[in-house]
Amino acid sequence: MPLKSTRQAINEALAQEMRRDPRVIVIGEDVSGGAGTDGQRDAYGGVLGVTKGLIGEFGDRRIIDTPITESAIIGAAAGAAVTGLRPVAELMFCDFLGVCFDQLLNQVAKFRYMFGGKVKTPLVVRTMIGAGRGAAAQHSQSLYQLFTAVPGLKVVVPSNAYDAKGLLIQAIRDDDPVIFCEHKLIYDLKSEVPDEAYRIAFGEANIVRDGDDVTVIALARMVQFAEAAATTLASEGIECEIIDPRTTSPLDVDTIIESVERTGRLVIVDESTPRCGVAADISAIVVEQAFGALKAPIRRVTAPHTPVPFSPNLEKLYIPDAGRIADAVRQTHVFRR
Amino acid sequence: MTNGLTAITMPQWGLTMTEGKVVGWLKKSEQPLAAGEELLEIETTKITNVMEAPVGGTLKRIVAEAGATLPVGALLAVIGPAEVSQADVESFVRDYRVVEPQNEVGSTQTEAATRDVEADGRRLRVLEAGEGGIPVVLVHGFGADLGSWMFIQPHLARGRRTVALDLPGHGGSTKEVGSGNRAAMTAALAGALEALGIDRAHLVGHSLGGAIAASLAIERPASVATLTLIASAGLGPDINRSFIEGFVRAERRKDVADLLGLLIHDPGSVSRRMVEDVLRYKRLDGVPEALAAIAESWFSNGKQSVDLGAAIVDLEIPIQVIWGEHDRIIPSDHAKSLRSASVRILAEAGHMPHMERANEVSQLIEQAISRA
Repeated sequence: MPLKSTRQAINEALAQEMRRDPRVIVIGEDVSGGAGTDGQRDAYGGVLGVTKGLIGEFGDRRIIDTPITESAIIGAAAGAAVTGLRPVAELMFCDFLGVCFDQLLNQVAKFRYMFGGKVKTPLVVRTMIGAGRGAAAQHSQSLYQLFTAVPGLKVVVPSNAYDAKGLLIQAIRDDDPVIFCEHKLIYDLKSEVPDEAYRIAFGEANIVRDGDDVTVIALARMVQFAEAAATTLASEGIECEIIDPRTTSPLDVDTIIESVERTGRLVIVDESTPRCGVAADISAIVVEQAFGALKAPIRRVTAPHTPVPFSPNLEKLYIPDAGRIADAVRQTHVFRR
Repeated sequence: MTNGLTAITMPQWGLTMTEGKVVGWLKKSEQPLAAGEELLEIETTKITNVMEAPVGGTLKRIVAEAGATLPVGALLAVIGPAEVSQADVESFVRDYRVVEPQNEVGSTQTEAATRDVEADGRRLRVLEAGEGGIPVVLVHGFGADLGSWMFIQPHLARGRRTVALDLPGHGGSTKEVGSGNRAAMTAALAGALEALGIDRAHLVGHSLGGAIAASLAIERPASVATLTLIASAGLGPDINRSFIEGFVRAERRKDVADLLGLLIHDPGSVSRRMVEDVLRYKRLDGVPEALAAIAESWFSNGKQSVDLGAAIVDLEIPIQVIWGEHDRIIPSDHAKSLRSASVRILAEAGHMPHMERANEVSQLIEQAISRA
């Protein structure tokens, strides 16, 4: 099976869905350019080249460049969705959500509920998350916890190319609004990706690695760090079970609880900040539903409660890494009441 | 080979195997053994299988202890004449260098070895191994793919051409199956043989694939040298309705794991990778529709609608029927409808004897072929 990068996988998912369904459109800042165009259109194909080449095949009626105004992008896409198109809007960096949050929080997320199920909102918002590129405090956050907190939004946080393609196709075919969070530093990560289209159901976690000693839940880029930590720990005789939830809303609680009931020990790795985050949320759910199974306190490995630093040295310290994950697992593993 | 010593190495079973785990040794050090005797158990990401001694002699040295996980090609043991000294064995082990899998027997099972053929207007994926003789053609069952022959094909490929194919709607083949009925599937198999330049073959089919192979034998008896039917469909009315309907529907890991547990005698040996592979297949566009169409044509309302028993009995082709005693998908009683066939019921096997009891099934196929 061919190896493809996450960037290729997402591009392929968009192209295949646009071929399959003429209602699918792409709308956002600088989404048009790149291969297949000339002159002034020769932009990047998105700031990191993910939509490159689409305008050549689908034209400017379906690949729509917008002015720099997130409220207009999301507002236009929301209107298009409720009137019969299936827009894939691009909110370049998730950090910009403040500009358009009313559209998501009070409009898109509420339509189906407030219109008694008579309205569908098949909108996908693709947005970049994550630190590690030296992009500073306003372009590096991982804010999926804010979307996850809103009933009516589905939230996808893929960790690899295979999942990204299948989850994005599911997002586009889904009749509800989906926030699709792409970590900037997994775009070049490769995995086996079928050429054919496929869907991965929401709310189904991936078990990345089997183990009986400690459950490690990790999201997005943190999955590869958790795998590196697990390899180190296996040589010390500690077997981690790594769970990648893939979607934070809906969340596959069953898989998490089943695993914790077996291991009794849980470490949650989340690149976002610790207060009111996904790690805190999962921790609360596990304490409510599997308290009796826990043999040690749950540990969270997250960023600190600070803005993302611009200084490269501080940014490196800010992001959870394999060493910190391994330390947390060791502490959890040796804990005895 | 030095002093008649033979290296026993981690085999490559199937397209995706890169390493295996030594579960345990079935022979002791310095124990004499004959070629073909069971030597050790190896756990793959799919299922555990027994490896046989490729040569006779004395088990001079066990290099890989139980519990070790090693890459394909790694040295597991040394077999040789009883009189070879321990010093010679020692230097053989020391000097042993891992042979790249593609240079080994049966190693044509790599990704590159699959190719596509055009059959009856559909693109089918095939995996070929070995050369010579009347080819053996392996036809998998409902929802499976050519990987289900991973243990059998390398064995049969010694000195013989073998072809495993993905049926329409399955594996790497076109997912569009039309009605998926007997005529369509038989035409696809016939088309594949034609595209491969095979005018006569030993056909081996499992479950749905058995019925398709039998159907081809009925329509074109001259093109079939022998017919081996493993837990075959098409021989009676019964089939596990909840398995078929559940398999068509299943989208979640737990559902798939439970269903795969029904296929084999020891459900505990269903691995996460096995479940993941089925999920990855079932997620592909067109697969649920293909499976639903095939299920509707062959197994609607929990009954098999294709009965080939009477027509097969009249064939003058040698027929062998193999079944697992504990088959929970199609009852082994169905073997009784073929009075003219040689019937083997294997103990401690479910619906997948070619995976659960691969060595025995390989030998039975070998025997059937050599008798013909």
